[in-house]
Amino acid sequence: MSSTPASSTAVPTSPKVNQTAKWLDRLAQRFISGVALVSISIILLILFFTFKEAQDVFLDAEVRKEVLPTLFSTNWQPISDSPKYGVIPLFIGTLKTTFIAMVIAVPIGILSALYAVMFAPKWIKEILKPSVELVAGLPSVVIGFFALVVLSGWLQDLTGSSFRLNALVGGVAISLTVVPIIFTISEDALSAVPQSIKEASYALGATEWETAFYVVLPAAYPGIFASILLGLGRAVGETLIVLMATGNAAITSWSVLDSTRTLTATIGAEMAEVVFGDPHYNVLFLIGTFLFLFSMMLNLVAEFYIKAKLLKSFRGM
Amino acid sequence: MRHLHYAQILAFVLFVGSCAVEEERPITVRGSDTMVAIGQKWAEIYMQKFPEATIQVNGGGSGTGISALINGIADICQSSRPMKQRERDIIRRKYGRDVIEIPVAKDGIVVYVHESNPLSEISIRQMKDIYTGKIRSWKELGWEDRPIVIYGRENSSGTYEFFKKCVLDGEDFDARVQTLPGTGAIANAVAQDKYAIGYGGIAYSRGIKLLAAKATDDSPAVAASETTIADNTYPISRELYFYLVREPKGRIRAFIDWVLSDEGQFLAIAEGYFPIRPINSREYLSNRLLP
Repeated sequence: MSSTPASSTAVPTSPKVNQTAKWLDRLAQRFISGVALVSISIILLILFFTFKEAQDVFLDAEVRKEVLPTLFSTNWQPISDSPKYGVIPLFIGTLKTTFIAMVIAVPIGILSALYAVMFAPKWIKEILKPSVELVAGLPSVVIGFFALVVLSGWLQDLTGSSFRLNALVGGVAISLTVVPIIFTISEDALSAVPQSIKEASYALGATEWETAFYVVLPAAYPGIFASILLGLGRAVGETLIVLMATGNAAITSWSVLDSTRTLTATIGAEMAEVVFGDPHYNVLFLIGTFLFLFSMMLNLVAEFYIKAKLLKSFRGM
Repeated sequence: MRHLHYAQILAFVLFVGSCAVEEERPITVRGSDTMVAIGQKWAEIYMQKFPEATIQVNGGGSGTGISALINGIADICQSSRPMKQRERDIIRRKYGRDVIEIPVAKDGIVVYVHESNPLSEISIRQMKDIYTGKIRSWKELGWEDRPIVIYGRENSSGTYEFFKKCVLDGEDFDARVQTLPGTGAIANAVAQDKYAIGYGGIAYSRGIKLLAAKATDDSPAVAASETTIADNTYPISRELYFYLVREPKGRIRAFIDWVLSDEGQFLAIAEGYFPIRPINSREYLSNRLLP
């Protein structure tokens, strides 16, 4: 915008000023790209370090012999005379809590965003947005404690489960952190749908409800999709809530009313005391590498998808 | 020339600084989370009595404390488990001497159940069967036919290792055992869960019922108490240790001597642990020596 010829003629042009401005400009550019490079390289270094600590599982003959035979078993007993590093129950645990959290958070997040954008009177909207953002600001230890002390009791009365702490409690608690993410990003995407599209829909005789569901929602679909992916990343990566609320028993069971142990909770609980350089230590880093790659992939997909699709769909219309 | 100047000033500052640090450096105590409470109590009362002393107590786990001791970050390591051979070897290599091990208190591991549970005693074999998954229902212990909800500690804790070694004979815990961070969390969970069982230190035991333990199925049940733990009739007790890599001298020596004195040992009782030898605690209570 500032590079249009019209605006540059407004600046008095003496050669010296021009020179200084150019020099400053270049300096600022260098500085900013330097900052960006630093943050990228920090991420790469973290990935490198995590992977380096995990690599012995595959490269060191002794560690490989101890870990690989049991790595895909259903038995997680890292502290034992014959240690077993079965990650299957941990994967199932993460899948269960994530699934529950998403089943709850996706409809609530998207529908309340749609309500806020399309139907809510202004004063409700003014209350709704800040209060959802307030929930996003709750530390997860607070949500975890709430789940441990209050929510677990309610859900046990409701479901009659024999385990008070189970995957359901963890999933419901995680959904509290995922709803604000989905709501905020979906709300942005829905508000960005051009007024002209809505007006066209009304002009064709569609009701408000029809416009919201059949016109605005599909038009904002890429942004909503991205919000779901980011919410998913949060749900998978959440540690403290599941550590406190799920009971952490590494059972291979698909029942949501059984206690469950997630990948993140395992790292959170065991990393502090593990013997440095032990096979157990390497396996924990292997789990960390996996979680890192998974959330990076989600973020990349969300990023590229929203860039490619959202912009194209608006221009296309 | 200027560089030399800076170097000299720097050296001087460091020298002065190190002298000051040598004089007033606090005694650093690190280690077991089980022992943080008692360690802080000892430090607090000791500093009240001897205001010139400064003692810092941190937790982090027995393993963390031992590595801090090895790296020279801590003067005293508190550990709720005896040091492993590998760790002793590292210290011998690095410091050219064996580590100094001082038992400073005892701790009883107690199995607890919900208040409404009719059970009042349990044998070690039964504990083992529950925690390895052989007994699944309360019916087998003479109560309702409901599944037993089992709570235990995370595998990073010293209590976990102790229970595994002494009660489970080294066998693996059942996968159904739900693990919680900290004995307090377990006591809290058992208090809220009618069909639950949990284990931990006696130091955290409000609102739940402690079961008396039987060494074998036929032996008499013994409740954990100051006397039964001090004279080793209670079957599941462990010693809590201070570890040092240097012969204690001066203020560190004075602090340890005080911890081992009747007064220090009485504080252990006040915090819910047990003394390493039977002491006459009534005398201290009546003299109101302590808060």
